[in-house]
Amino acid sequence: MAWRALRRVGPVLAPRCPLLSLPPREPVARRLGTSSLLLAARKFTDKHEWVSVENGIGTVGISNFAQEALGDVVYCSLPEVGTKLSKHDEFGALESVKAASELYSPLSGEVTEINVALADNPGLVNKSCYKDGWLIKMTVANPAELDELMTEDAYEKYIKSIED
Amino acid sequence: MLRAGCCAALSRRPPGSAPRRGAGGSGAGGTGAGEERLKQTPLDALHRARGGRMVPFAGWSLPLHYGQGHLQSHLHTRRHCSLFDVSHMLQTLVYGRDRIRFMESLVVGDIAELKPGQGTLTLLTNDKGGITDDLIVTNTSEDHLYVVSNAACADKDLAILRDRAAQLQAKGSDVHLEVSDNALLALQGPSMARVLQAGLSDDLAKLSFMNSISTTVFGVPGCRVTRCGYTGEDGVEISVPAARAVELAEQLLGVPDVWLAGLAARDSLRLEAGLCLYGNDIDETVTPAEAGLMWTLGKRRRVAMDFPGAAVIMAQVKEKPRRRRVGLTSVGPAIRPHMAILGPEGRPVGTVTSGCPSPCLGKNIAMGYVEAAHSRAGTELTVEVRKKQHPAVITKMPFVPTQYYMAK
Repeated sequence: MAWRALRRVGPVLAPRCPLLSLPPREPVARRLGTSSLLLAARKFTDKHEWVSVENGIGTVGISNFAQEALGDVVYCSLPEVGTKLSKHDEFGALESVKAASELYSPLSGEVTEINVALADNPGLVNKSCYKDGWLIKMTVANPAELDELMTEDAYEKYIKSIED
Repeated sequence: MLRAGCCAALSRRPPGSAPRRGAGGSGAGGTGAGEERLKQTPLDALHRARGGRMVPFAGWSLPLHYGQGHLQSHLHTRRHCSLFDVSHMLQTLVYGRDRIRFMESLVVGDIAELKPGQGTLTLLTNDKGGITDDLIVTNTSEDHLYVVSNAACADKDLAILRDRAAQLQAKGSDVHLEVSDNALLALQGPSMARVLQAGLSDDLAKLSFMNSISTTVFGVPGCRVTRCGYTGEDGVEISVPAARAVELAEQLLGVPDVWLAGLAARDSLRLEAGLCLYGNDIDETVTPAEAGLMWTLGKRRRVAMDFPGAAVIMAQVKEKPRRRRVGLTSVGPAIRPHMAILGPEGRPVGTVTSGCPSPCLGKNIAMGYVEAAHSRAGTELTVEVRKKQHPAVITKMPFVPTQYYMAK
């Protein structure tokens, strides 16, 4: 679905390369601690997903570290609404030109919503990984699972340790 | 969600802290055991200074991409022009009266027929008819052949070249090899000719695809400019003395149209152009007939059958190979190497060897091998992507039209 939208936007003057009309993307600076104040604190998995729970619904995405390593996201494979997930279940994948990376559920619960904006604009995952680039929303079947995840500080320490 | 390899892309080793290039300036490739033994090209500091994400590749530290990211870099190459550091590739000079006979004893092409300045893509083959490497051999107007081959095969190729040279020398032949430690810069894209002409006294309009000149580029003497590349665009590869490589690169990058590009864009560009990657799409177990590369076999050589594995290869030409390299396109999740290709009954009929989303086409492209019966263009097959089957169709390559330049 992402490609169809881009073809509508681009002029027909570049038949060899329909995506030539893509505007240049600004390099993403790495920003820490930019969460919206209204959401509960983000928790992180060692596989670089984050989840933030508000009113019993968890919003899931990938971290800035992950989106930088992945590169430009061109396609998102996301589950259907209603899918029941256990913690650690593979629930989808993000494709960059270079590689695909599987997504693993940080919690157990049921998918209530997926980010349909990503179909036409998969680059949101890179541009706004903590906000507009969210992936799925899900119920929280077992709130205790949140305690098993890393706080933002712990996650920052974790990625420093694996970078070296 | 990240593969282990992704972390290498974020290596933030400060400039200068990686080890020096291998002594002797041989430029020979090979896989280092750890990051400590990676070789550096003459442009290493330049890459790091300009935001290159350095990764290990065939024993070298090379940039994967720069600040603009993979997608923009790829598109920029097709629209304007990009500069790639390909100094990791092996550059060998072959001297001596018997240099052509030497070369022809190892490769499948008609080397003797190459005009002065003319080069050709050719293949080193083994005794079973498999492909040992793909390489470009140029008959320079000077007294030598100029050979460029893959970094990942450098140790293997050099051993073969040296053994054969020693064999021939022992019988009194006049041939000797020299490995160049020049840097190699690829400038690729529709703006290349305009950018490069400003630094050349030679008329680029007279230099056709696969032809080569020895000349001065932007004031740097002793360069070799060959009109060839790995992107499908009009482009050149410039072999430049290592000591002045940075100077030349900075001259080229001084033109706003020219962006640096890394390994990531290099791979997606070559796949769109239908070009093979040694190790993925061709290897020692694949013959030129299976790979669809019979056009590299010289007319004279097919008759003489005087290259390694000739009997196997020519028998396959006669009886048709049982499997064939094909292009595939699809939509949805991308087709990637090692995925199974299934035929109409759902039975596996082949395997993917390269694949990625095409930045230009807005769909997925791939190369793979399928049973000959299912290899015609337009055949509808399915590919297994993460346990689900997705339709794919066999598509002629190149996927994106090429722009090779022929002088009038």
